[in-house]
Amino acid sequence: MTEYVVRFLVGGIVVSAFSMLGDMLRPKSFAGLFGAAPSVALATLGIALYTHGASYAARQTWAMTAGAVALAVYGGVVCHLLMRARFRVASATLVAVVAWLVVAFSLLVVAGGLT
Amino acid sequence: MSPISLSPSALKEGRLYEYLIRFALGGAATVFTGFVSSRAGASIGGLFLALPAIFCASATLIEKHEIRRKRKAGLDGRRRGEEAAALESAGAVLGAFGMVAFAITFSLTVEDSVPLAFIAASLVWAVVSIAGWCVRRKMRTVRRLRDVKNLLPLGPAGSKKNASG
Repeated sequence: MTEYVVRFLVGGIVVSAFSMLGDMLRPKSFAGLFGAAPSVALATLGIALYTHGASYAARQTWAMTAGAVALAVYGGVVCHLLMRARFRVASATLVAVVAWLVVAFSLLVVAGGLT
Repeated sequence: MSPISLSPSALKEGRLYEYLIRFALGGAATVFTGFVSSRAGASIGGLFLALPAIFCASATLIEKHEIRRKRKAGLDGRRRGEEAAALESAGAVLGAFGMVAFAITFSLTVEDSVPLAFIAASLVWAVVSIAGWCVRRKMRTVRRLRDVKNLLPLGPAGSKKNASG
């Protein structure tokens, strides 16, 4: 239980710090870089290293590569849905999560990460 | 072409509950990732290190801020909010490439030195993301200039025509 409380606090602080930095930066497309900052990863990997060791963290970040490629696809899909399909922001960001899941798990399967 | 700038006063546009939502979402995403890792293993848990949960909240807040700002000026602001969120998502694509570089660097260096892994991966993320953004901006500028050149009647023939007309 304590581990989850620590995770919550560390994750909240790191993510908030990156988001606030993104809020302050202009232009918007540059600020967007911080929308895909590895904030959750930084918080999680620190705890993973402490509890499971370096090889576990290395395996996690190797799989994270697939998640990050899927995140690039996700950003492209959101942009397309907003500019061409005229979706509302909340709908576009939620619908695009399906694309993220499909791409992320497909890449992991192709890379043999599920075996 | 607007330069990169840092405006701390932009934080005043946000409301306390918005910051609390982000804090809670960040905490929840980190707890969720830890939970998935403990149940499904390091690989599947690792995928969720790049989950766009935070982006969903950020984009929605950006839309709200733009709408609020435009409504103060008596405009609807909805389309402007969607465009601002689209720009943010275009930036997120470049940030995601930086995240790929972060993950590869971290996984290659963490077993040698933990502090080095964090420092090197963070630096690589920043360099790749910012370089990607600069290249994209340069390409857009070149494309715009080419479009303008194609629209204007340039060259000796075009200038003679303009002078005589």
